[in-house]
Amino acid sequence: MSFPNLLTVPKIDKTGVEERVNRFCKRSIKNSSKTHGLHLALSMIDLTTLDGKDTPENVKRMCYKANHLHDSLQGIPKVAAVCVYPTMVKYAKKELKGTKINVASVATGFPSGQSSLDVKLSDTKFAVNEGADEIDMVISRGKFLAGEYNFVYDEIASVKEVCGKAHLKVILETGELDTLDNVRKASEIAIYAGADFIKTSTGKINPASTMSVAYVMLNAIKDYYKQTGIKIGMKPAGGISSSKIALQYLVMLNETLGHEWMNKDLFRFGASSLANDILMQLQRQESGYYESIDYFSKD
Amino acid sequence: MSNIDLNKIWNYTTAKESKDHILLKEKYDLFINGKFVKSKSRKYFNSVNPATDEIIAKISEANKEDINFAVKAANTAFKSWSKLKAKERAKYIFRIARMIQERAKEFAVIESMDGGKPIRESRDIDIPLAANHFFYYAGWADKLEYAFPNTSHEPIGVAGQIIPWNFPLLMAAWKIAPAIACGNTVVLKPAETTSLTALKLAEIIEESGLPKGVVNIVTGGGKTGSEIVNHPNIDKIAFTGSTKVGKLIKRSIAGTHKKLTLELGGKGANIIFEDAAIDQAVEGIINAIFFNQGHVCCAGSRLFVQESIFEIVVEKLKDRMSSLIIGDPLDKNTDIGAINSKEQLATIKKYINIGLEEGGEIYQKKCSISEKGNWFPPTLFLNVSQSHTIVQEEIFGPVLAIQTFRTIDEVIEKANNTPYGLSAGVWTEKGSKIFKLTKELNAGVVWANTYNKFDPTSPFGGVKESGIGREGGLHGLKAYLKFK
Amino acid sequence: MARINVLKTYKNFIGGKFPRTESGRYFQIKNGNEELLANMCLSSRKDFRNAVVVARKVQKSWQNATALNRGQVLYRVAEMLESRKSQFIEELMMTGLSKSHAKNEVELSIDRLIYYAGWSDKFQQVFSSVNPVASNHFNFSLLQSVGVVSVISPNDYSLLGMISVIAPIIVGGNTCVILSSEKNPMASISFAEVLNTSDVPSGVVNILTGKRKELLSHFASHKDVNAIIYCGDNNQEIKEIEHLSSENLKRVKIYKHKNWDHNSSQSPFFIETCQELKTIWHPNKV
Repeated sequence: MSFPNLLTVPKIDKTGVEERVNRFCKRSIKNSSKTHGLHLALSMIDLTTLDGKDTPENVKRMCYKANHLHDSLQGIPKVAAVCVYPTMVKYAKKELKGTKINVASVATGFPSGQSSLDVKLSDTKFAVNEGADEIDMVISRGKFLAGEYNFVYDEIASVKEVCGKAHLKVILETGELDTLDNVRKASEIAIYAGADFIKTSTGKINPASTMSVAYVMLNAIKDYYKQTGIKIGMKPAGGISSSKIALQYLVMLNETLGHEWMNKDLFRFGASSLANDILMQLQRQESGYYESIDYFSKD
Repeated sequence: MSNIDLNKIWNYTTAKESKDHILLKEKYDLFINGKFVKSKSRKYFNSVNPATDEIIAKISEANKEDINFAVKAANTAFKSWSKLKAKERAKYIFRIARMIQERAKEFAVIESMDGGKPIRESRDIDIPLAANHFFYYAGWADKLEYAFPNTSHEPIGVAGQIIPWNFPLLMAAWKIAPAIACGNTVVLKPAETTSLTALKLAEIIEESGLPKGVVNIVTGGGKTGSEIVNHPNIDKIAFTGSTKVGKLIKRSIAGTHKKLTLELGGKGANIIFEDAAIDQAVEGIINAIFFNQGHVCCAGSRLFVQESIFEIVVEKLKDRMSSLIIGDPLDKNTDIGAINSKEQLATIKKYINIGLEEGGEIYQKKCSISEKGNWFPPTLFLNVSQSHTIVQEEIFGPVLAIQTFRTIDEVIEKANNTPYGLSAGVWTEKGSKIFKLTKELNAGVVWANTYNKFDPTSPFGGVKESGIGREGGLHGLKAYLKFK
Repeated sequence: MARINVLKTYKNFIGGKFPRTESGRYFQIKNGNEELLANMCLSSRKDFRNAVVVARKVQKSWQNATALNRGQVLYRVAEMLESRKSQFIEELMMTGLSKSHAKNEVELSIDRLIYYAGWSDKFQQVFSSVNPVASNHFNFSLLQSVGVVSVISPNDYSLLGMISVIAPIIVGGNTCVILSSEKNPMASISFAEVLNTSDVPSGVVNILTGKRKELLSHFASHKDVNAIIYCGDNNQEIKEIEHLSSENLKRVKIYKHKNWDHNSSQSPFFIETCQELKTIWHPNKV
């Protein structure tokens, strides 16, 4: 691991990015490729609840949902993980025992990240000790915008160290980074500091993930892979509420990083309501009727 | 270096645009004096779908008599059309714009069936731009005195307009809209292989109530075109096509009263510096050469890559090429459609052979190509220099010649080292470099950090042997006015 | 014994020098009484070719001079002409112009130079545009010089006509090769002396004397010339020019009018004639 050479980080032209993204969105995904895509998307979901009002009970209900998305639909995959606050990890872990569904925990003073390094590290350790398989940390955006890139890098590297076996997803909170150039720069720092995944957003800031920022991050992953042969994962989070948007992300993934990234080990959706929308679409694919959300559980 | 494999991608099932609602007549006649009339020649030629080899309609071949008739109709119509209140002229043109928008999908499907371009392009680019062009120039009709202050001007008369097969409806719009907005009348000939959308436009013109004879659409090949060029009662020739034919036209109207605008060939230089936004630049390079199968006069067919980033750029280009989808123009997921005609395919193949004979190193996208129809895969040529034929001559296909450079002065010199001067592209994140390059490049249009963008408000046209005059924008009006 | 006048040898003006014609030939200019006024160079296609070479060589640097600079150079030409006004009046009178006509022509010539000197940093503002395209781009169009222009100068108004044609050419950053008035080339070549003592860079303006009949086809066909301006109304000559200029799609401008002393013979549109419109696009989002 080493600090990236920020002088050689490619510049980003936003208009060009938006034009490219527009092309992904224009792909028409129908019939069997749609079913395939929806199954894939479902399997990549980190079913998420990150509220102050979360209780063991609602976390349990969500875990049950994660494991029983819609039992009447045959052959659908389970979600990849649930994503909760550190204090909820043990309940989730218990509920998902025996399943292959991971438990991811946000940490490091989520969502603002405005805590001391000590607090961040103990927050992370706590989540890991509680059994979290994955840690979703936030970077210090204030430090980043102030140009203290070394600080940001060191912090990520320190968190990575205490993660142990848990996978580290680094949330850039792109909605606060102002420009796509910054998104690219932050991606490089996170990747070089040891991120297993880079993630767009906390979901607490508007805008959350956009196709444009995700595209920039995918390109950072691509360039890193070309140089090192190491595959970094990607997790767009927030704002991905419909099947249509999820499929657009998958098209983008498919045409940017290719089939090796088209699985839950390297791509996740951070979302809460996406699963039900996909289920509705799959049900519709099967029955031929448009569905009502009332037929799908809202846990 | 690790390679990204985009070949075994999640395959999208075909998403074919329906053509059920498309009504094509078996035979199309000439549109003269406000209605469809049979050609005096009684001859028809086939319009073929270049993706399937199917004959989709029969098109009239206009002869000298037909042209006489059309010019006469245009001449007669000119007397009243040029005197009509400008604001009323405008309303007709606005109406045409709106009617194209209403029937946009139909036009898009026909454009793709007739010309082979992907439906994504005809739907998102050609047809909306054509409608917007009419809308833009409609608004100028009653404001011409503000376009050229302190001058006195009047419409020229009858404009003979000959358009190419690469953007059939769009080129018709580029020609007709400013001409009639300025008070001229028109005899327009679409290209032989792509007459259908112009004839559909004739239907709209008929329905719009535009006074008869203001726009006449005659079909046919080169011979029909030369009847227009040489007709004594035509006052203005506007031609878009090859430089060779453009020169012939200029020669044949020498000494006559005819005014002339030409929009001809090109060999656009696309220059990428090491400080470019590289991923967007690569996308721009792809779009510059593979847009519309490379059948674009302003295509960025000569790529100049700064030496320090040569390898990475070529690799990224190859990656991007592998995700391009080639196939049925009517499939909404198709990126690259069919080559417009057998003749054009032969021309492209001829240049490929020349390129190989001259020692060029070829790279082509792997793709399975249907036996029917005209297809050619996206192609790169490496190891070529300024002296190679494929670097000098316009191929008009999806073939990119790649060269390297070291310094700014060197690349400017190479970029300008061509008789053409239509377009150029520059990719760098340094502002002063952009201004230096855009100033020094001999081209009518320079795209900086973008490529192949078109807009009704933006003048388009070339210097040197790429043409004379501009189309689009305020400056495009000049070609259709006579200044006293 | 009365003093013998020293007669002037009229030569071509190429690249800031006054060479004799490469052909060694000459033609005679006589006054109304058939008295010899001067022997003029009967320039050949080679003289023209040499002139195009120098005009091409300096074109870019002249184009890249600031508009302010080009304006001041033109103004300096006017100053030089003003100071040699009497010489030009005399020369014009030699070919039969009345004193008042000659004086008028010279004064108008000076004024015309000043008129165009003033346009140098303004015409761009009149003719360029910002185009409001319907996408995320900033788009603008501006004028750039067409390059090297060959000029068949008016036969009438040998001084004023020529100045009226070349001032708008050079103020726009072009360079030119001129075939001077066949009827009275003396004032044209003397004007070269004015140019040479002002600040016009060598090669920006090149003046040849000779016969239209011999040189016209070369002026029209040379492939390193970007535009041709023809002043006259000989339809045969016009046809020939339009025909030959097709070879490299040279821009052709025909000035049939002869009223060079009229105000309508000056406008920024004369500048625009020798300009190309260039349109530039750039994305505008960060």
